[in-house]
Amino acid sequence: MNFEFSDEQNMLREQAQTFLRAECPPQAVRQVLDGDAPFDRGLWQKVVEMGWTATAIPEAYDGLGLSYLELSVIAEELGRALAPIPFSSSVYLATEAILMAGSEAQKTAWLPKLASGAVIGCLAAAETSGQPTAGKLTVQFENGKLTGSKRPVADGDVADLAVVVAASADGPVLCLTDLNQAGVARSGIKTLDPSRSHAEIRFDQAEAEVLGGLGEGWHLLQALYDRAAVLFAWEQVGGSETALEMAKEYSLGRFAFGRPIATYQAIKHKLAQAYVKNTLARGNCYYGAWALSTDAEDLPIAAASARVSATQAYYYASKENIQTHGGMGFTWEFDCQFPYRRSKLLAVNIGSEAIWQEKLIAAIEAQRAA
Amino acid sequence: MDFNDTAQEAAFRTEVQTWLTANIPSEAELQDLDYIQRAKLWQKRKYEAGWACIRWPKAHGGRDASAIEQVIFNQEEAKFDTPDGIFSIGQGMCAPTMMTWATDDQNERFMPPLASGEEVWCQLFSEPAGGSDLAALRTKAVKDGDDWVVNGQKIWTSGAHYSDYGVLVLRTDPDLPKHQGLTYFFLDMKSPGIDIKPIRQISGGANFNEVYFNDVRIPDAQRLGAVGQGWQVALTTLMNERASIGGGGGGVNFNSVFELAQTVDLGDRPAIEDPSVRRKLADWYVQESGLKFTGYRSMTALSKGEIPGPENSIGKLVGAPKQQDMASFALDLLDQAGIIWDEAHSANAGLFQATYMASPGLRIAGGTDEIMANIIAERVLGMPQDIRVDKGIPFSEVPTAS
Repeated sequence: MNFEFSDEQNMLREQAQTFLRAECPPQAVRQVLDGDAPFDRGLWQKVVEMGWTATAIPEAYDGLGLSYLELSVIAEELGRALAPIPFSSSVYLATEAILMAGSEAQKTAWLPKLASGAVIGCLAAAETSGQPTAGKLTVQFENGKLTGSKRPVADGDVADLAVVVAASADGPVLCLTDLNQAGVARSGIKTLDPSRSHAEIRFDQAEAEVLGGLGEGWHLLQALYDRAAVLFAWEQVGGSETALEMAKEYSLGRFAFGRPIATYQAIKHKLAQAYVKNTLARGNCYYGAWALSTDAEDLPIAAASARVSATQAYYYASKENIQTHGGMGFTWEFDCQFPYRRSKLLAVNIGSEAIWQEKLIAAIEAQRAA
Repeated sequence: MDFNDTAQEAAFRTEVQTWLTANIPSEAELQDLDYIQRAKLWQKRKYEAGWACIRWPKAHGGRDASAIEQVIFNQEEAKFDTPDGIFSIGQGMCAPTMMTWATDDQNERFMPPLASGEEVWCQLFSEPAGGSDLAALRTKAVKDGDDWVVNGQKIWTSGAHYSDYGVLVLRTDPDLPKHQGLTYFFLDMKSPGIDIKPIRQISGGANFNEVYFNDVRIPDAQRLGAVGQGWQVALTTLMNERASIGGGGGGVNFNSVFELAQTVDLGDRPAIEDPSVRRKLADWYVQESGLKFTGYRSMTALSKGEIPGPENSIGKLVGAPKQQDMASFALDLLDQAGIIWDEAHSANAGLFQATYMASPGLRIAGGTDEIMANIIAERVLGMPQDIRVDKGIPFSEVPTAS
């Protein structure tokens, strides 16, 4: 049994923590939340220089050729720091989509630029409220052109490249499209978590090319989500630990009725529950990281397990962090809002809890039927 | 990351598998025996072949095995339906305490028959007025010559009725503050003056007992640790509550409820097709897999010769309420038939009803949910202990209900 990160991977974690403590303190999150900049460009540049965007890209495409275990470590630390950068969109979604379904030409064209940070990628999937289905897609792909509107697209206002889920005469399709072209119009949209920007993207006869096969779009999207879910879950676990840590620290220093509130069982038991949920989620994330890094058949089950438990853990820890802080937790001045906002962004970004609960049971049924 | 044994571990696992396969008692061997006789037969067989209490030193009847080897043995043994249970307290909790605090002569006398199952041990800690607050126990020991004379009552003593020896904590000085007036002993459970009364549980079983002490004499030579050091010795016992690493966990689980949901209907279709059923099942699945993979992390630490982190402290706090909730949910799925508890007529021979009635005990025994949450908050998260109004005052002056 060797179900643990290696010494080298743990060293990477320590480097990442040191780096992010210095470069991404809560103040950096606050600046993006309060300011006009859509993301922290300085931090993004440094993250790119560290090679993090190149982590799992093979060396043949100018990547580092490391495994998804290394990327899991980085994801957890970015989640812990609540980094206000388009890492998940560009790395877990756009890069992964091209790695998974791209032709040799597409890989050669885009992966080196995604690795070097010259290009930021995103995934344009959502169109309307409610759970998406293949049949509800309105963005059309026809004769190499995209038409229609996507919203919300995480980091869609700052990305250069989009993976777009569209309908076509042959069924759903994934498309690659350059966002810096005449047929694309973008506008920022207000969201629950302004520390990560979102956009509406309107395509009007925008040039695009097929990623993967025509008619395979929906199936590819689900496979992409399974891969990204593991990495999202690691971010969620990292953020959830931040929320628990904040609550604990505050409870130790806040006095009520003559003693620290950390001595009250109402507080202790709440935080113990947060620890329990985080630990369960972490266990599932280990399994997800293993499945992703080994291309295991179990990936749909492992990914959904990690995703469901990490979503639940982050929601619980982030809301009870505010509760532990009392009134101060409800103020703009305090940082409790950051994990509370981010937990919901990450929870819905690649499909909400209910979707992943259903995916998990469906995957278990499929495995048992096989 | 991988799930594989090291070469050495794989060789050990094969050795264990080979021995188990050849030596598991047959139906014929067991058929006329009660569960105590069955457990003793199996334990003796393991002992004679060197497979009992393998973590213990050879001198005490063990094998000097490593922690990971113990985990591997447990995993392989759990694949068979072996009779067990009656030795876990003695071997898992009493023995480490004896090995830490008793004399060499005492360990030489008592450890081998405990390993072989010839002698069964129990633990007499809880009292009517000392449960979660164990140190509030009142059973009194007064020195008389070379003996101590014991009067009072213990409760929730598992297996007292079939035990040969027991460990216990007694109050030897009520005028000292709570924790300081305690002293730890072991005793012969057949001593005159001991009266054992089974407690009938809501689950129907009667494995717990009340144990009354009426002028019971314990030789001073059977004291473990100094007079007044009983709490410290007791912590050795409590810290050895068996780690749940790698265990399968019986009772109601994801599989049994999932399979039930495939067979019973909700409306005009199988319950498993109902989205609300599927969501609940998903939640329980991720709890089970989260525990499983947390256990794998601990096993990895053991495999490397390291001490596992605090992650495993969540096991009971997650597992016990989950069993209760899943059993309750399964009974609801059965609808009106859920009330029937009759092996011949209930789904899964009454597993869901039995677990529904047994699970409240799981949430209490070995530390209530609330105590487990306190332990996580204090020992894992480093939060302060609760304020104690009985701190520093003589035990005899601590307010009580009676």
